[in-house]
This record gives sequence, C-alpha cells and structure tokens, in this order.
Amino acid sequence: MKLVFDRPRSMRDKPMHFCPGCSHGIVHRLVAEAIDALGLRERTVAVAPVGCAVFMYEYMDFDVTESPHGRSPAVATGIKRSRPDLFVFTYQGDGDIGAIGLAEIISAANRGENFSVVFVNNTVYGMTGGQMAPTTLLGQRTTTTPRGREAKTEGHPLKMAELISGLEAPYYVARVAVDSPAHIARARKAILRAFQIQVEEKGFSFVEVLGACPLNWGLSPTEAIKRVQEELIPCYPLEVFKDKG
Amino acid sequence: MIAVGEKVLMRGCEAMAEAAIRAGCRFYAGYPITPQSELAEYMARELPKYGGVFIQSESEIAAINMVLGASVTGTRAMTSSSSPGISLKQEGISYLAGCELPAVIANFGRGGPGLGNIAPSDADYFQATKGGGHGDYHNIVLAPYSVQETVELTHLAFDLADRYRNPALILCSGLIAQMMEPVEFMPLKEEKEEKPWALTGARGRPSMVIKSLYLQDVELEGHDLKLQEKYKEIREKEVRVEAQHLEGAKLVVVSFGTAARVAASAVEEAREGGLPVGLIRPVTLFPFPRDFIRKAAEGTDRFLVLELSGGQMVEDVELAVRGRVPVEFYGRMGGVVPSPEEYLAEIRKRL
Repeated sequence: MKLVFDRPRSMRDKPMHFCPGCSHGIVHRLVAEAIDALGLRERTVAVAPVGCAVFMYEYMDFDVTESPHGRSPAVATGIKRSRPDLFVFTYQGDGDIGAIGLAEIISAANRGENFSVVFVNNTVYGMTGGQMAPTTLLGQRTTTTPRGREAKTEGHPLKMAELISGLEAPYYVARVAVDSPAHIARARKAILRAFQIQVEEKGFSFVEVLGACPLNWGLSPTEAIKRVQEELIPCYPLEVFKDKG
Repeated sequence: MIAVGEKVLMRGCEAMAEAAIRAGCRFYAGYPITPQSELAEYMARELPKYGGVFIQSESEIAAINMVLGASVTGTRAMTSSSSPGISLKQEGISYLAGCELPAVIANFGRGGPGLGNIAPSDADYFQATKGGGHGDYHNIVLAPYSVQETVELTHLAFDLADRYRNPALILCSGLIAQMMEPVEFMPLKEEKEEKPWALTGARGRPSMVIKSLYLQDVELEGHDLKLQEKYKEIREKEVRVEAQHLEGAKLVVVSFGTAARVAASAVEEAREGGLPVGLIRPVTLFPFPRDFIRKAAEGTDRFLVLELSGGQMVEDVELAVRGRVPVEFYGRMGGVVPSPEEYLAEIRKRL
C-alpha cells in the first residue's frame, strides 16, 4: 500500500497541548510541510514566541530559540545577519507582534531583513486568559473589554498585513486563514511562497494567518470556525497584499 | 590596521571598539546615546572590513535582542550604551543569563536617575552587579580605569562570556569613553571558540533548543541551581583586584573605575607626604574581591570607600569587612569628578 499522508519530517511524534479547535496545530503543520518541501530542516533556526506557541520546539524537529515577548524580529535579525546561510523564521501572535513588539516588527520589515514571519491572529491574548489584543474586533468581549471593544477608547483592530505591505522593503505580504480545507490549501501555498522568497534571498516575507481560539472566545470549535468566517474574514480580508514577483 | 606594539592616541570608547574587533567580535548592534556614540560609529566604519555586521537598531531593546540572536548562532557579539540605554537592555540581559548565552555589554555611565545628564558617573554599580533585570542571575562585571585597561578588559570580557556562557558587562564612567590616552592593542584573534551549544541547524545532530522557560517549579529550580554553581565558580576563579601601599596602611581606600584613577593620585601624594594610606582597586566588580578586602581588614584601622555615586560599592565593602573596622564613604554625584586634592583632604581628615 502506498503511504499518502504522514507526519512531516520536521515534526516530532508528540501529542500537542493546544486546546480543542485551536489553530496552532494546523499552522505548525503547514510550517513543517513548507520546510520539508524546501529541504530546509537541517539549516533552520526558528524563533519561538512568548505565548501558547512557545512550545513550538516540543513539536518541531529543528533548532529553535526562545525570544523575549515581542522581540522575535530583533532576535531573528541577529541570527540571520550573523549567519545568512541559515533559514530563519519567527512565529508570532497578535499581542506579540501588534502591541509589545510593534517597533521590532516594523523596523525589521522596513530594513527588508531576509527572514520570514508567520503571524497567527486569533484576536485575543491566549495564554494569559483572553485579554484584548490589538487585533480584537470592535464589540468583541474579552476579559479586559468586558463591555466589548470600543473604537473610542480602545481604537480599531490593527491590520498588520496592510501595515507591513505599506512599507517599501517587504517582498511578500499575505493574509490567509485556516478555517476550511480550501483556505488551508491557500495558506500552505502562501507559507511556502514566503519561505521560498527567503531561500532566494529576496527579502522580508510576512504571512498573517487568521486562527481560532475557541477557549477564550467562549465558543465550541465549530462555532469558532464559523466566527472566523463570519466576523474575522470580513474585517481582515484574505489577500496577497504584496508580491514583488 | 594598527600594528601590535604601536602606541596610538585614542579615546576610550573607540579603543574598546578596536579591541572588540581584535577579540573576535563580529556582531555589533547599538542605538546612539551620549557619551559613547563614537563606539557605534567606529564599529559602523571598521567592523564590515573584518566580515562583521553592524546594525543601528531601532531601540536599545532591539539592540540587545539582536545581540541575543547573534549569540544564539555562536557569534561573538556586543552592544554598548550609557546608563538610560542600559536600563532598557535589562530585559534582554536577563534572558541572556537565563538562556546561558555569552554577550558583551558596555556601559559608559552618566549621571542619573532619569535623564540625569551626560557627565561621568558610576551610579549604575547596583544595576550592574546585583542583577539589573528580573530573576536570580549575575553579570560578570569588569571595571577599567584607563584606556589601556579598557582594551585589556574588553578581550577578557569576550573570553569570560564564552567560558561561562554568561553576559559580561564592562562598567566605566563616561569619562573613560571620551578620555584620550596612548594605547597599545593585542593581536587579532584568528581562532574561533568551539560552541557545540550554538544553533546552526540540525545537520548531523539532533535538533537543539535555547530557552529559559521551565514551567515546573523543581525543573526551574534545577536550572537556577546550575546558574548558582556557575556564579560560585566565577567567584572562586575570576576575582581580579589591584592594591598599592597596603603595608602598614592605617587607612585603606577602596575605589573602582574613574574614582580609583583619581584616588590613586591622591594616595601616591599622601604616601609621599608620609601618610600611612593604601589603595584597593577592584577590577572585577562581580566577582567582588570580598576575601581580599576581608584580609586587608586585619591589617588596617579603617576603610574609606570613594565612588562616583551616593554609596553603592560601599555596601559590598561593608559586607567584606563585617564590622571588624569602620568603613567610611565619600562620594560625589551628578557627574562631579573630584580632584586628587579633594580626595587627599578626605584622606587627611581620617588619619
């Protein structure tokens, strides 16, 4: 019998700690598949975030370093500039990239650093228990916006992919989602494209992935997927914002 | 390149940059801040000539994290700043210590707290030697008092940082950054350190992780105990201290860095005038020469600690002396650097 589906070489055979319906498992797999497809496992150094995905190194079978919260793009800059032969990516959440680490991501993108960013946007701080993120939708109730996010006091959802694509240097900027098989297939392509751009030394590549956090949204996994489709995607359109080709 | 043995006139922060390159530093990230921006400028000009990387970062926070990234790959890396900028780097320094990553950080201290001023100060002693960031950790702290010693301690800082996989901090006042003195350099280090822990891709070996996260309490305590063992070894092996005229000294001055430079002149003058005074100058502030000072306490009547601060190292001297003899303090703050005459008057008062 022919084996048609297996664990990527870049992943370990280990049960994940993520909550039921969490998107990190899917995104982890897409990252591992892209690294396998490009044969990069043995020259990869990834930067793990602070938050639920910090345990990336438990599931990935390549070199990983931790980073202080939000500083991943600076850490990745240090790795890639001192060893340009390595394949380097950061894996970041919405608080990490859009709040505490906004200066680091904008500056790295603006320098056109030749590394890749996988940014998982689930509109909430996950590990700390569901506080408002910069990407929290208007009206969304979180533990720190108990009456729902208000534009007047908390501002509008931060659109990172649009923000990054407004800069001159970035080479590839896309937003994808992992709510359906069709969208997952597009996400797979986007991550592969982003990584390929780095391999070709073309510069900065950025993929925003809309994901679900059923636990902190107070929804079941199926309801959470529905929310991605009905609420997140209308606010955060799925597009390739920039591809210099 | 300046020949080995050739004497050149250079300011301290530029001499440190040249020494760092010769010590094998191939990555520098920094953010402009007076009084040491010339170090970054020197690196921007010279480091690429040796295949090194210079980055002007968006912030001090980014600079220390770029250094962390470079260190992850086993590259000798440094950043430098002055007091307010060093405060911003503390998060990254704590992570370096927790992840056991080597790095060299130079602090050319200026007056504080807050924005303070740009005049020389050594008031960051507590921050440098007691941790500075969060958690149980120590930097290795070296305190040069001349441009020549700045060069020598820069080489030592890189060696110690690698040997112990620990951040090494060079603490000196902004005066040393700007002071010009004749200086000689050591040869360019050609060989690279073996760093089997560095992340360079999992080729022909299992994949590796660099981290400071240990969620289980006993697991983290195990890691902390390992760090404490390392600090114990550093305390046992790496103390460096200089002393003058301790024989028969009724009063022993203890001073480091810029204050020690002035104190040395004052003590010489006092001795020439027949006053029984000696000088102890800690070169390493962590590890602190506690045993050396304890022993000196057996042969003198009192200590006088001279600092460019409101009194910081004096606490470590008191701990070393343990009440055997009185420990007195005289400090100037705000960027005031006393003259040898001012120190001499303080010495005379106590004899």
